[in-house]
Amino acid sequence: MAVTIHDVEHIANLAKLKFSDKEKEKLQVELNKVLDYIDTLNEIPNLDKVEPLENINDTENVFREDVPEKCLAKEEALKNAPDKTENFFKVPKVIDK
Amino acid sequence: MYNDYAVLRSDLNSGKLTAVDVVKYYLANIEKGKHLNAFLSVFKEEAKETASEVDKKIKNCTAGRLAGMVVAVKDVLSLKNKTLTCGSKILENFEALYTATAVQRLIDEDAIIIGKTNCDEFAMGSSNENSAYGAVKNPYDHTRVPGGSSGGSAVAVAADMCMVSLGTDTGGSVRQPAALCGVVGFKPTYGRVSRFGLTAFASSFDTIGPFAKNVQDIALVLEVMAGWDEKDSTCVKKEVENYSSAIGSINENEMTIGIVSDLPSEGLQKEIKDTTDKVIGFLKSNGYQIKPVELPHAKYSIQTYYILTTAEASSNLARYDGARYGHRSKDSKTTEDMNVNSRTEGFGPEVKRRIMLGTYVLSAGYYDAYYKKAQRVRRLIKQDFENAFKEVDLIIMPTTPTTAFKIGEKIDDPLSMYLNDIFTTSSNLSGNPSISIPVGMDNSGLPIGLQIIGRDFDEIGVLKLANYIMRNC
Repeated sequence: MAVTIHDVEHIANLAKLKFSDKEKEKLQVELNKVLDYIDTLNEIPNLDKVEPLENINDTENVFREDVPEKCLAKEEALKNAPDKTENFFKVPKVIDK
Repeated sequence: MYNDYAVLRSDLNSGKLTAVDVVKYYLANIEKGKHLNAFLSVFKEEAKETASEVDKKIKNCTAGRLAGMVVAVKDVLSLKNKTLTCGSKILENFEALYTATAVQRLIDEDAIIIGKTNCDEFAMGSSNENSAYGAVKNPYDHTRVPGGSSGGSAVAVAADMCMVSLGTDTGGSVRQPAALCGVVGFKPTYGRVSRFGLTAFASSFDTIGPFAKNVQDIALVLEVMAGWDEKDSTCVKKEVENYSSAIGSINENEMTIGIVSDLPSEGLQKEIKDTTDKVIGFLKSNGYQIKPVELPHAKYSIQTYYILTTAEASSNLARYDGARYGHRSKDSKTTEDMNVNSRTEGFGPEVKRRIMLGTYVLSAGYYDAYYKKAQRVRRLIKQDFENAFKEVDLIIMPTTPTTAFKIGEKIDDPLSMYLNDIFTTSSNLSGNPSISIPVGMDNSGLPIGLQIIGRDFDEIGVLKLANYIMRNC
């Protein structure tokens, strides 16, 4: 199998998710099954000569004048905060001493 | 029952009935259909208040183009000061800070928003079983799925709980549930309708589209919603045509219809194939040119779609970190704990699976092998459509390989669930407009959908043919 349990743990770490051992095994099987199916793309000949499609409508950068506009009030921006203090979002300590 | 906005509007104008009556009628149906689990929130009092304002405007002849049209909105679209759950536990108590452009434009024309509809978590799913708030049931058979991810919106129209609803379509999430619930569902060209206020799943695929019982109402709603918006830089500066007045006239001899000769057809239910053939036969006998076309890379749609959309999703969903909004785990001693535990507790299994796949295909060493490769195939698929549309004006194919399947039937097999979108994902990869219309029933009495795909920004062509088939076939 292409994806190992170690890979699952590595990816989970990058994605900031945590899984039980049982969930990891299940994910390993599911990911491998989907990736096997995805690998059928390899049968397309000369694919590396095709330019990757990044922008479906070929739109270009959209600029506007650099003038300040009305934005959210502080109270509004903090409305959904799980925790706050005065005008700030409150989070746990970044470094646990 | 009001199946047609034009008829309803003339009754409102003549004073035969009021917008308040209409809202009460739909509220009663929402109550009656509670077991279908189509709605996540219903704005009972507010909808009645808005309706009475609309009634005043109708009397004063100042009412907008959608006055008295009762609309339900998928709960991935923002409506200011209303909860926006996205079908996820992670946003259980989240209140939107602004209104989506597409929704605002309907409100500005005096549409009445009656509630927010259930959907697969973050629009990821084809059965509506991935909602943290429970599965939605198909009104034709309560043991079956309504399709997804906009299952609640499809059911709301099918079970007569509103006149029109909005969904979102990233890989078929409007067209597939429309097919499974026997209603019309439309996916506009990518860039035609602003995505501002639509919670991002896969930004280069996401579109907003309406559900209704007929094509005329779809055309009218689309006409109001579409058009440039400075808040979405992928929204195209292109004039919006008068879809609603253009769709009535059709010249059969002017249109060539393509049927795809190399369509991947394993697993295609016989009754769906037969019904599609019947419609093609009908068109032929009415003077349409029918021509076979090839989409040689369409068979790679699902693979390409799952690489690109999961990659975009893994990046889009990184914002749910427990810091500024959404669920924060009680177990948050450090910021790292807060990030990991909030996400682990807040996301459901399918969302986690897709974040994992997306993170994997973007991770060091795999980017070229997966992500870039899929972008190359995406170009080939788009070119397939461009080539086909040199030969024909529109393409017809089934919307789904099967009619509504049983709840629980595919939930443990992600790949077989993904394959349900085999006919719908290709036009999200290419950006083309497409519609699903109801064209019959299978032997178990379940609705069958037919899909029509058009050239980029030829919403008129798609809507015209859809209207013609629904009225005449």
